[in-house]
Amino acid sequence: MRVHAQRAGALLGGLMFPAWSMADWTLNMTPGVTGTSNEIFSLHMTILWICVVIGVVVFGVMFWSIFAHRKSQGAKPANFHENTLVEILWTIIPFVILVVMAIPATATLVDMYDTTESEVDIKITGYQWKWQYEYINEDFGYFSNLATPRDQIDNRQAKGENYLLEVDNHLVIPVGKKIRFLVTANDVIHSWWVPDFGVKKDAIPGFINETWTRVDKPGIYRGQCTELCGKDHGFMPVVVEAVPEEEYNTWVAEKKEAAERERQLTQKDWTMAELMERGEKAYQTACAACHQADGSGAPPAFPALKGSPIATQDMAAHIDIVVNGKSGTAMQAFGNQLSEVDLAAVITYERNAWGNNTGEMVTPKEIFDYKNQQ
Amino acid sequence: MAVTGVFMSAVADTHAQDHHHGPAKGFSRWLLTTNHKDIGTMYLIFSFAMFLLGGSMAMVIRAELFQPGLQIVQPEFFNQMTTMHGLIMVFGAVMPAFVGLANWMLPLMIGAPDMALPRMNNWSFWLLPCAFLILVSTLFMEGGGPNFGWTFYAPLSTTYGPPSTTFFIFAVHIMGISSIMGAINVIATILNLRAPGMTLMKMPLFVWTWLITAFLLIAVMPVLAGVVTMMLMDINFGTSFFDASGGGDPVLFQHVFWFFGHPEVYIMILPAFGAVSHIIPAFSRKPLFGYASMVYAVGAIALLSFVVWAHHMFTVGIPIVGQLFFMYATMLIAVPTGVKVFNWVATMFRGSLTFEAPMLFAVAFVILFTIGGFSGLMLAIAPADFQYHDTYFVVAHFHYVLVPGAIFGIFASAYFWLPKWTGHMYDETLAKTHFWLSFVGMNLAFFPMHFLGLAGMPRRIPDYALQFADFNMVSSVGAFMFGATQLLFLFIVVKCIRGGKEAAAKPWDGAEGLEWTVPSPAPYHTFSTPPEVK
Repeated sequence: MRVHAQRAGALLGGLMFPAWSMADWTLNMTPGVTGTSNEIFSLHMTILWICVVIGVVVFGVMFWSIFAHRKSQGAKPANFHENTLVEILWTIIPFVILVVMAIPATATLVDMYDTTESEVDIKITGYQWKWQYEYINEDFGYFSNLATPRDQIDNRQAKGENYLLEVDNHLVIPVGKKIRFLVTANDVIHSWWVPDFGVKKDAIPGFINETWTRVDKPGIYRGQCTELCGKDHGFMPVVVEAVPEEEYNTWVAEKKEAAERERQLTQKDWTMAELMERGEKAYQTACAACHQADGSGAPPAFPALKGSPIATQDMAAHIDIVVNGKSGTAMQAFGNQLSEVDLAAVITYERNAWGNNTGEMVTPKEIFDYKNQQ
Repeated sequence: MAVTGVFMSAVADTHAQDHHHGPAKGFSRWLLTTNHKDIGTMYLIFSFAMFLLGGSMAMVIRAELFQPGLQIVQPEFFNQMTTMHGLIMVFGAVMPAFVGLANWMLPLMIGAPDMALPRMNNWSFWLLPCAFLILVSTLFMEGGGPNFGWTFYAPLSTTYGPPSTTFFIFAVHIMGISSIMGAINVIATILNLRAPGMTLMKMPLFVWTWLITAFLLIAVMPVLAGVVTMMLMDINFGTSFFDASGGGDPVLFQHVFWFFGHPEVYIMILPAFGAVSHIIPAFSRKPLFGYASMVYAVGAIALLSFVVWAHHMFTVGIPIVGQLFFMYATMLIAVPTGVKVFNWVATMFRGSLTFEAPMLFAVAFVILFTIGGFSGLMLAIAPADFQYHDTYFVVAHFHYVLVPGAIFGIFASAYFWLPKWTGHMYDETLAKTHFWLSFVGMNLAFFPMHFLGLAGMPRRIPDYALQFADFNMVSSVGAFMFGATQLLFLFIVVKCIRGGKEAAAKPWDGAEGLEWTVPSPAPYHTFSTPPEVK
């Protein structure tokens, strides 16, 4: 009921203040597309109206005093300074309002915490600065990176419609099914948020949080990381695509096939040129955020690769640091993040780009063997 | 500023060596002083300098957020600005300003000759410039200054922190020592040096709120010291308090930090509650409504502040029972806070009101702090907090309680007591201009942040999606206006120190309290003989 009343109010407001009904001047939370988000919206509106009413009463008395009891109006001060009955009343009434408010809030919270009986389980891992989605029952997964071109961010190019809210690979979910998200992180704390779902959960390294959603309306829903996670915190959006079940099943089948093809690529014989080409792409998505596109890095946190001993001297040390990371620093272990092909391509690229002309290459098979030996 | 040799009956007594009692000359007066008025003045000057420094960082932030895209600074530097802005405003501007007010006013209000521990008082002050010198110097170190937010969540601040983090930790330790010593001094002064006849329930409210604040400080500053020490160990000595791969827990950091952090937000507001409880009755020409309930409400808020910390952490995945407990406890804080607001309004009701600058700031304090309280109540509703958490709605909320709360409280106090400090009336027209520009600028800067948060804009981002562009521009314009206006305050205070209409001992006809029984400016030594309170 309340939600409908609010929508009617918003419509009326929209008609009365045309400029304010434009999307850019959104004033309020939106109800979203899930049961949870609608319940939250309803709680939000209830508590907002309670505050408005209390505010009108309290500020009303205050403004009346300001206008009517001014010295310049000849007001003579009264001398009362306590009234036990009034003081008890204005302690008890707010308390009762709070109890009334706590009841629906508790019910919603219990519902939000019920992650049982899910139909699809997806593990979400936060990385600096991208999301990994793993369909744990289907045995495939992938990364989701910001897709907004650097030129738009640096104002060299006009900004697109979904500026900073677009990614290369959407998280795809079926409509009408209860999806359970297992949320964790690889490095620092992130937080996975889709406002339209009413789902926000911190991704904490070393721990797994659970949350869930059920989306009934197909569509693309956008959100962002909401826990400060380092320099590119503002550049790791969340994009979820809810599709009908059949479409979802087809998509899953395709993804599984693609994962299989990717695994086979490890066995292929790669040439230097092929590795360099693939390496450049993989470098841009996995490495450039810290080490920069030109390999110059941002010392001291993110060392330069251009001309660095690691990238120009001992190959084994180079493979080790990329696969296993370096503990105590921001350098992650990419062994489980990238495929053997991408690992080989990135390492080859780093050893030959920006004047690091070692002429050396490493093949996916060698990486595969290296990882197996560990 | 202080004029020697002018003693009225309350302080005159028979002093054969009056000339020894004046302040020393030159820099050593300030370096070596044990006089509560000198130290109070230094605290206030220091805090205003920090306010301008932290404010100029806010200007950098708002300039970058004026438009979408990266224009002025890069994300690395942006994060340092948000972090340093928060740290400097909390630890450098607001807290020292209240300590400055306490130094000046507590002895005058309770009829004491000075603070109970004057040498320690000197040391607590001089530690602060040292701490902030270290903190600010990190900006010039390799890798930059702290960039992990003023809440410095691990492991972003430990494993992933810049090399300067150890200096940051050292600075926090020094600030903590300074605060704890300041708090001990306040408690010792209030409990031991009250004039005969001033029972606890006759103490002025500013004294009461500071007494409770001091206990909060003593309770939580060691916790902050503990958490930064754990960070220090994790960074430099191979422990794993906050690293899951070594058996630690990143969420432990947040529990310990917010056990400090929540009482800390009351540390920054309770003294303002006290000051406003003097100013509103003074300009309403009517006694404060519900003195006793005001005292109990502050006590209740202080106690509750220890059991609500996890409402900052509703999304970290605490069990539902914990979630419910912290939601209920947080909502409960609205009751004593409401009592205070109702009491202020009841004090104004049927008074005889005038609106000089202190009153303008105090009334704005009540209205805008209440708005911040409302959004606080909304944030307390745990399910709704999943939508609000870490968005600009939170930024709007805490700026509403801190800017028109703490900072307007400080401005109100400054204008209220400036005549007592300097012996001159400040320029009322300029002060009112300062108020209205601050009021408009502040609301323009922070009110649209509610809308931005509800529309889904996360906090601490250097760049944002296009639908947030319009309100961000409005907010930046407001912030620039508010920021520039504060230079006017500096001008008003300097002008007031240098001259102006002579202030009477009691320049406000409705004001009550011992501080108005000594001449203006207050002599270098006051209440050498305690006054009698009936």
